[in-house]
Amino acid sequence: MSRQRAKGKNANIRMLLNQPVLLLCIVLIFAALFIFILLPLFNVFKLGFSNDAGGFSLDALFKMVSNASYRITFFNSIKLGLLVAVISTFIGYLFAFAMTRTEMPGKRFFRLIATLPIISPPFVLSLSLIFLFGRLGLITNQLLNIENFDVYGLRSLVVVQSISFFPVAYMTLTGILDSIDDSVEDAAYNMGASRWHIFRTVTLPLSFPGIASALLLVFIQSLEDFSNPAVIAGGYSTLAVEAYRVITGMNDMRGGCILAIILLMPTLIAFTIQKFWIAKKSFVTVTGKPTQKRRKLYEPHIIWPLFAICALISGVVILLYGTVLVGGFVKTWGVNYSFTLDHFKYVFSLGWTPLKNSVTLAAISAPLAGMLGMLIAFLTVRQKFPGKRLMEFSSMLTFAVPGTVLGIGYIYSFNSRPLLLTGTAFILVVAFTFRNMPVGIEAGTSTLMQIDPSIEEASTILGATSGHTFRRITLPLLRQAFFSGLVYSFVRAMTAVSSVIFLISPRWNLATTRVFSLFEVSQYSDAAAYIFVMIFIILIAIGLITLLVDLLFKPKHLKTIKTSTPLKRRENGI
Amino acid sequence: MSQDIAKKFSSRSSGVILKQITKIYPSHDDSCDVTAVNHIDLEIQDGELMTLLGPSGCGKTTTLRMISGFETPSGGEIFIGDRPVANIPPNKRDIAMVFQSYALFPHLTIYENVAYGLKIHRMPKSEIQDRTVKVMELMQLNGMENRYPNQLSGGQQQRVALARAIIIEPKVLLFDEPLSNLDAKLREHMRDELRSIQKRLGITSLYVTHDQSEAMAISDKVVIMKNGDIMQYGSPQEIYEFPVNRFVANFIGKANFIPCIYRGIEGEQAMVAIEDATVYRVPHPGAMVGVKKDEECVLAVRPESIQLTSSQGMMQGRVSRATYYGAKIEYEVMHNELPVIVEVHNPQLSQRFSEGDTVFMSFDDVCVSVLRADS
Repeated sequence: MSRQRAKGKNANIRMLLNQPVLLLCIVLIFAALFIFILLPLFNVFKLGFSNDAGGFSLDALFKMVSNASYRITFFNSIKLGLLVAVISTFIGYLFAFAMTRTEMPGKRFFRLIATLPIISPPFVLSLSLIFLFGRLGLITNQLLNIENFDVYGLRSLVVVQSISFFPVAYMTLTGILDSIDDSVEDAAYNMGASRWHIFRTVTLPLSFPGIASALLLVFIQSLEDFSNPAVIAGGYSTLAVEAYRVITGMNDMRGGCILAIILLMPTLIAFTIQKFWIAKKSFVTVTGKPTQKRRKLYEPHIIWPLFAICALISGVVILLYGTVLVGGFVKTWGVNYSFTLDHFKYVFSLGWTPLKNSVTLAAISAPLAGMLGMLIAFLTVRQKFPGKRLMEFSSMLTFAVPGTVLGIGYIYSFNSRPLLLTGTAFILVVAFTFRNMPVGIEAGTSTLMQIDPSIEEASTILGATSGHTFRRITLPLLRQAFFSGLVYSFVRAMTAVSSVIFLISPRWNLATTRVFSLFEVSQYSDAAAYIFVMIFIILIAIGLITLLVDLLFKPKHLKTIKTSTPLKRRENGI
Repeated sequence: MSQDIAKKFSSRSSGVILKQITKIYPSHDDSCDVTAVNHIDLEIQDGELMTLLGPSGCGKTTTLRMISGFETPSGGEIFIGDRPVANIPPNKRDIAMVFQSYALFPHLTIYENVAYGLKIHRMPKSEIQDRTVKVMELMQLNGMENRYPNQLSGGQQQRVALARAIIIEPKVLLFDEPLSNLDAKLREHMRDELRSIQKRLGITSLYVTHDQSEAMAISDKVVIMKNGDIMQYGSPQEIYEFPVNRFVANFIGKANFIPCIYRGIEGEQAMVAIEDATVYRVPHPGAMVGVKKDEECVLAVRPESIQLTSSQGMMQGRVSRATYYGAKIEYEVMHNELPVIVEVHNPQLSQRFSEGDTVFMSFDDVCVSVLRADS
């Protein structure tokens, strides 16, 4: 039997050899994944576990682990991650439940609020907290006259990260809640259960896989986060920031690698649990059977408390963003609140080049990441070839790899020939492309799973090559997934800090890193103006991408219809 | 117009030969592999419509997909015409397929759907237009060029699927349960239409279905499959009238199996002993594969080949169920603890019985065949 199987495998390879374009695609993607994802990660481990002579050694690891302050850093990160995961998931669940299960008013508005943190640049919320509660903070200093209120530390971090990441939980849980067939809830209601009883015994248990997913995803995000802890953590050290400090401040590359590895472990574990365990436990079933829209929860005693909570959180979000917006227009926050456009002048003069760089590189990398994402989704879902699982795994890996870790891997791997890339725009594009690809792959994969494979088979059997089928059939059907991949990649490229902080050069400075350096010299109002302009650019870009994707892939519904006579249907419906 | 299309088709279409085709799906834990198709030999003649018929999991779809190239055989050879296709990917095999779900391209218009295959073959625009219009006319789709698949009824979608397949003038046309998504009435209508187009074009076709009446109505040849093996191969008539075993007899139509003992042959007639040694003569017993003298066998009798009377017959029984269908009445008659199904057609013309009545059954002798008891 095993010989039969080997024969089957050989047959797959033979088939592949007959489709050179497909084969070339697979080989190139493997090469890219190997060079730009696996090799840098491998190098982080290699450097971390070596001594000066280049041999294997655990000295650096022991040195870091025996250092009490690094141990504290580790537990700090974990503690922060857990706190934020719980709070974000709780808020996210309330939001998701309110949006999917009730007839609460103002849902459109709340949805908008919940997407704002996702598309906004880093540092916004931290900056806002500094504006409101800092040494010269509007609330602490001016309104309450508190002298030595310390805004820096765990408290602020938890607030900032919870608001930044609750949308992640909200999106995950919306997906899950949406896909639970609400007829099971109706069935329980029909049997006489109260709304609360239904929630406790049906809705909540069915959404447990979603809750677990949300917890883990937020946990990963919190651990990976560099920008917020870098500016508002004060003495509360976290792994991502510490790795950066060790490398740039103490010039200790090996120590940085060890911290990176320590940071990588929990995120990788959380990612693996999420992907391979929880995702399989999901109760979601896609039957494809359209069910009738049912009446959602309308009882006042349910929707108004929920409304109050959503409104409160939205209020906080608006307050924080509004503060930054105002902050960009005042002379010196906390000292002189008179109106000025100076900060915007600064952005459009001295700060213009990094902004232009960011937009250019994001615009180059987003379509690359989007296309590559769709291609990998197509290959792994629809094609048969050896090493498919490896491609699936390694392409999704960057989602779990903190930007700091990838950045360290990149500078170490690409600073010498033949892969001398440091200092170029290329390395930034590559970093953006491979780091932002997973969301497109996820979206593409789940869309493809729901598209009947025979649609593509129909194209194949009519004589189309894999390439033709991909371009003419698969890609148009993946339009929505491609769009989310594009938008996400663009936004992430515009807002990335941790992965690029090691990779920028004087020639290729970026907007986010410029904001970071403004923080370091306390030019908060310039930073605010900068952030405001970035939000503006991102919104415009999303609009443009929507337009472009529609233009490229929308079916030509508006083509002139030649026959004007309405079709006479015969009795039997033919 | 359709005549010159037909001529073109019959000159291009070619036969298909399967030699010892096998498909084994490896199990995940090495314990036991699943044999989906077990060393089957098959030949589809040029221009013929052959049906693969069997319960789900019998290997019929796998066989079809191996011919299309979407599945790779674990062993054996496939020839389309005289060309072995083992190393030829699906898109180079010069065949077309109609899918169960139609698989129309949802983002393309009906015209674009139908013309898709021609565009791939880089035909000049004028010829594409010419042929597309012709085929759409043939399929009665004119006027729908600019619609999208979701704006069409089920029957129309089915036509588009067929139009898209035949337009490339394939050597072989494959059907994967193409009618199973239609409601009963429409299914019959489309079935007849499909058959008439296939006949007119003279295109070699392989048709997969689990619906036996569909298979009977549409095919030149029927292949009955079970668990990856071919049970029987023949014309619909051969298969219905001379099933080779109990599975086939029961799968195609209904059949009663009356236990008896085979006593040997006398001329054409087979002699069997029923119950109390009454000898019964079967004029056309069939091939009687595996039936041995003086051993147990069964008489296969179709429900419509049994006559019921209240006075006399070869077997006595009691009506345990009578179901009225309009065109027929179906009786279940208990005979020695063994239920026998009897169908009486046109019930207005014959005597009616109700549950509990004692009845006598006699067989239409020429319709009875003899089969192995455990087949």
